Amino acid sequence: MEAHPQSPVPQKERKIIIDPGVETGIAKLTPEKIQKTIKAVLDAEGGARFKTYLETCVHCGLCSDACHYFLSHYRDPTFSPAGKLKQTLWEIVKKDGKVDVDFLRKAVEIAHSECNMCRRCLMYCPFGIDIAYMLSLVRRMVHKLGLTPQNMQDTAHSHSATYNQMWVKEDEWIDALQWQEDEAREEFPGLRIPIEKEGADIFYSVIGPEPKFRAQLIYQAAAIMHTAGVSWTMPATPGWDNSDMCMFTGDTEMMGRLKRVHFDTAMRLKAKRIVMGECGHAFRSVYDVGNRWLGYKMPPIPVTHAVEFYHELFEQGKIKVKSKFKKPVTFQDPCNISRGRGLHEKAREVVRATCETFIEMEPNREHNYCCCAGGGVINLGPPYKGKRVEGNRVKADQLKAVKEKGAEVVIAPCHNCHGGVEDILHGYGIQMEIKFLGDIIYEVMEKPGQE
Amino acid sequence: MYSLYYLVSGPLVWVSFALFLGGIIYRIISMARLARKKDIVVYEYMSPYYALRSILHWIVPFGSVNMRMKPVMTIVTFCFHLCLLALPIFLFAHVMLVKESWNVSWATLPDGAADPMTLIVIGACVFFLVRRFVVPEAKFLTSPSDYLILAMVAAPFITGFWTYHQLPGLKAAAILHMLSGEIMLAAIPFTRLSHMIFFPFTRGYTGSEFGAIRHARDW
Repeated sequence: MEAHPQSPVPQKERKIIIDPGVETGIAKLTPEKIQKTIKAVLDAEGGARFKTYLETCVHCGLCSDACHYFLSHYRDPTFSPAGKLKQTLWEIVKKDGKVDVDFLRKAVEIAHSECNMCRRCLMYCPFGIDIAYMLSLVRRMVHKLGLTPQNMQDTAHSHSATYNQMWVKEDEWIDALQWQEDEAREEFPGLRIPIEKEGADIFYSVIGPEPKFRAQLIYQAAAIMHTAGVSWTMPATPGWDNSDMCMFTGDTEMMGRLKRVHFDTAMRLKAKRIVMGECGHAFRSVYDVGNRWLGYKMPPIPVTHAVEFYHELFEQGKIKVKSKFKKPVTFQDPCNISRGRGLHEKAREVVRATCETFIEMEPNREHNYCCCAGGGVINLGPPYKGKRVEGNRVKADQLKAVKEKGAEVVIAPCHNCHGGVEDILHGYGIQMEIKFLGDIIYEVMEKPGQE
Repeated sequence: MYSLYYLVSGPLVWVSFALFLGGIIYRIISMARLARKKDIVVYEYMSPYYALRSILHWIVPFGSVNMRMKPVMTIVTFCFHLCLLALPIFLFAHVMLVKESWNVSWATLPDGAADPMTLIVIGACVFFLVRRFVVPEAKFLTSPSDYLILAMVAAPFITGFWTYHQLPGLKAAAILHMLSGEIMLAAIPFTRLSHMIFFPFTRGYTGSEFGAIRHARDW
């Protein structure tokens, strides 16, 4: 039998994080309302996958080693993927939805702050049971009960009100693009960020935080597009934001509306395809989840993630490297584009083409650990930040190990990974830099008109 | 005693086989219908090639990362399932019973193989039982029904061993052997033992999503 080190942490009842959004929601609930709402979700959405997954699980616990929460909490079984189902969905089904508010408080915390929907456990369960899907059903119930944690729900509200996740107003969006264009023209005379151009090859979409506080990413994307000489555009209307927190709150109706606006805007501009910035969850929503809600088996217009797009530019020789990035780098595989789209090899080719020294993290590719920020967890905001950092000690160990091998820079082509890894580096005192792949390309490429 | 013997060796055999086969057909058809109604994605995304690719990786010992991380569990699980399936089907005594009734027969296990195989099944059941007590993540998930299922699987093999070796209480053991075997067969479609039926579907669907849509491995 395998050795299992006993947990040094006493497995006492964990302290619940008090979230104002959850508490306000709870105050409005009655036992009848709880059961009625939960049963409605189970009846309408608990289909063949749900039933089969529920009955096929043999309670073996082999999914546990997949989960960074489980590993980070010294193999505490309450953090194992199936363990989280036992404390939430199994109990809900057993009691036919007749659960009390104390149970719900705990279930909300488990479903929202102890799972990143990273799907690593699907690769460890012998039956391939989609535990992330099961927990997303819990989030769906929580959403319908009005108990989604406050900060996460705020992001979803922003999506509903503005079609972007950061309350960016239409004029602010256009202003951000023109501001970045203005800035970039100093370095690249003649550069344009073509707004509302019909019939471009590429409709470039980003996530809310880019115009809000990472505007340099728009600058860099424009620089890369300009250098590569591609035909591209960005819209002036809502639909520019490809992100989707509603997918993770269980507000699938709103998720569908967001994706429709995104697809429709690209098609209104008669673009040949959508190229998305370096974001993982947004890619999942556009490529894998949101399209299905709208009834498209595959997205109605081809969707390319930035990593694949960069790979294409290098392959076609549209971007040339002036001198490679000097510092040794490592690569954080984002779940939603490695496990979610198999882009890990292409990403490595781009890294090797642009950096002198590349050092692998272990494990890597589809087996890389999640950053612990995805699945909406980082959007839970400050009340849950400590828990998120604590819940990914294995990522800190992974980063320390690769640092010991000499890596100084972590490349993470995903906004969530960026935020998650950054917090882990700070939280565990690991001195490493973190960059997007676009940061590196912008830094090393041959720029037109420059020596 | 004799009437009980005739009951378990006659009508109950038919009942258990009817429940087993009928149950499998019923479960698959009703699940397929439910999927058609509520999970149309399963039909849309199921890809025979990628489903088989995933299933193959998971029915070959050490074909997945997790299996390589847990070598003892992998070896025990594979030996257990292999013996569990092969032993009842190819046991000489079982084949003879069928031959006497319908005059059809098939290959049988060599002499001397049955005993170690039975002990492997029983030993594996003990391993799984102990595992449920000592491995925290398995212990946490364990419910009384898990012990019941384990007992249901172990019983026909324990009583079979008893009967074969003509230990004291042979007649009772023989009756219990048949009865427990019938219970296990009938329970397969209606308990978590149904993972036997659904494994190809759950694994295959995940394999299809990973292979055809996400272009990634799932092992």
